[in-house]
Amino acid sequence: MKASHYWHCFVGIQTREWLRFWQQRTRFASALVRPLLWLVVFAAGFRAVLGISIIPPYETYITYETYIAPGLCGMIILFNSMQGALSMVYDRELGSMRVLLMSPLPRPFLLVTKLLAMGVVSIGQVYVFLLLALLVDVEPPLWGYLAILPALILTSLMLGALGLLIATWIKQLENFAGVMNFVIFPMFFMSSALYPLWRMNEASPWLYWICQFNPFTHAVEAIRFSLYLEWNPTAYGITAGVTVVLAVFATAGFRPQRTRILGSKAA
Amino acid sequence: MTIEARSLSFRYGDKPVLREVSFALTSGRFHALLGPNGAGKSTLFGLLTRLLALQQGDILLAGQSLKKQPAEAMRQIGVVFQQNALDLDLTVRQNLQYHAALHGLSRKEARLRGDQELERFNLLDRANDAVRQLNGGHRRRVEIARALLHKPSLLLLDEPTVGLDVASRKALNAYVRTLCEEDGLTVLWATHLIEEVRNDDRVLILHQGQLLADGDGHEICEAEGTQDLAETFHSLTGAG
Repeated sequence: MKASHYWHCFVGIQTREWLRFWQQRTRFASALVRPLLWLVVFAAGFRAVLGISIIPPYETYITYETYIAPGLCGMIILFNSMQGALSMVYDRELGSMRVLLMSPLPRPFLLVTKLLAMGVVSIGQVYVFLLLALLVDVEPPLWGYLAILPALILTSLMLGALGLLIATWIKQLENFAGVMNFVIFPMFFMSSALYPLWRMNEASPWLYWICQFNPFTHAVEAIRFSLYLEWNPTAYGITAGVTVVLAVFATAGFRPQRTRILGSKAA
Repeated sequence: MTIEARSLSFRYGDKPVLREVSFALTSGRFHALLGPNGAGKSTLFGLLTRLLALQQGDILLAGQSLKKQPAEAMRQIGVVFQQNALDLDLTVRQNLQYHAALHGLSRKEARLRGDQELERFNLLDRANDAVRQLNGGHRRRVEIARALLHKPSLLLLDEPTVGLDVASRKALNAYVRTLCEEDGLTVLWATHLIEEVRNDDRVLILHQGQLLADGDGHEICEAEGTQDLAETFHSLTGAG
């Protein structure tokens, strides 16, 4: 296969992802309503009870809205990745996944391209969210919007790979609904998205350690530090490492002997 | 293109689904893979399309092993799956373009070939309609048009008439036969409906994972001492 074949395939998968997204525009709205509710309503309520001391990367006291904005960026990607994975399960039920796998191009390439396609859609939503966050005075430095791009790509790849891995192994939609509860909510709440980890340490040391081991915590910190033009090698390193591991496992899951794409009526 | 299956065996866990299945398809002919539900037809299609990994045996396409040259094999195969594999929310043309892209075709080439195929199927005027708006017969036609987009030599159809009315079934079956005659396409048409098979077709009868008969329809009838394929099918499989 020539390089042009790979390019046309890459463009085709990206285009389809956007077309599907456009067809399901309510997804875009709901994906934004959720973090905006957290930012406007939840943060207003919590601002009074949860004081934020000066912690890196912030150089001064900040509002609670400012604190949770990076976590909510992560939240958008988290929910989107899981919804993307859900759509892959849906595809598998319908047989569209078979169409993808019938491509003569290598399956790892198809997988990574699919991950990137899902990620680009998520990142677009994050930028729209950050623009709307200006209305509640979340005003990071201008260059911060550019600096978070690598962190957003990495986070979306990591969570996309996780979603794909789960989708590969989940046979039916009903089971996936359970995974939503067991993956999304624990990852989000047991992270630094809503509260600084030193607060968690005061409340419960064992929960603090769980938060520390949660890769989503490090993805959120990579976004947070980048948004304020600070470099956090630990957060980037852990996020990148977990992304590679998850992508390898997700790729392995795409091998036909592991893929249950023929569904229940196999004979 | 010649296609040869050699001693294919496959099992799901402890349950054997295919046992030592061997056959060779003749280039440019219509082949009917006949078998009752649960015979192993979909599993055989899964192996031919690489959606299932070969456990035992091998498949050769134009002399090349599917294990060793999977990319080349995939370029030569067009597939129509038993269940709908179109994106219902996208238009007919968008579905075709997506498939073309997966085979490395440019947008321009995809549009050209897509329109040619749709014209052949009398569906060009529906190119910009969402697939959801098409009836079952038209959706099947779109799936066949899509399967032919990358100009394969072998067309695999896994019970393509499921869910269609009698008239649509007949029309689809007749159309695929013309593809063999006009384009020299090799076709493997899996079905459990005897009325979709003709006496002069090459027929492979699969039952409980074993290939019970392989030859021209009338030859199989002669060998079994039966009047027609329906009787042969019944006597070999117990199915009606």
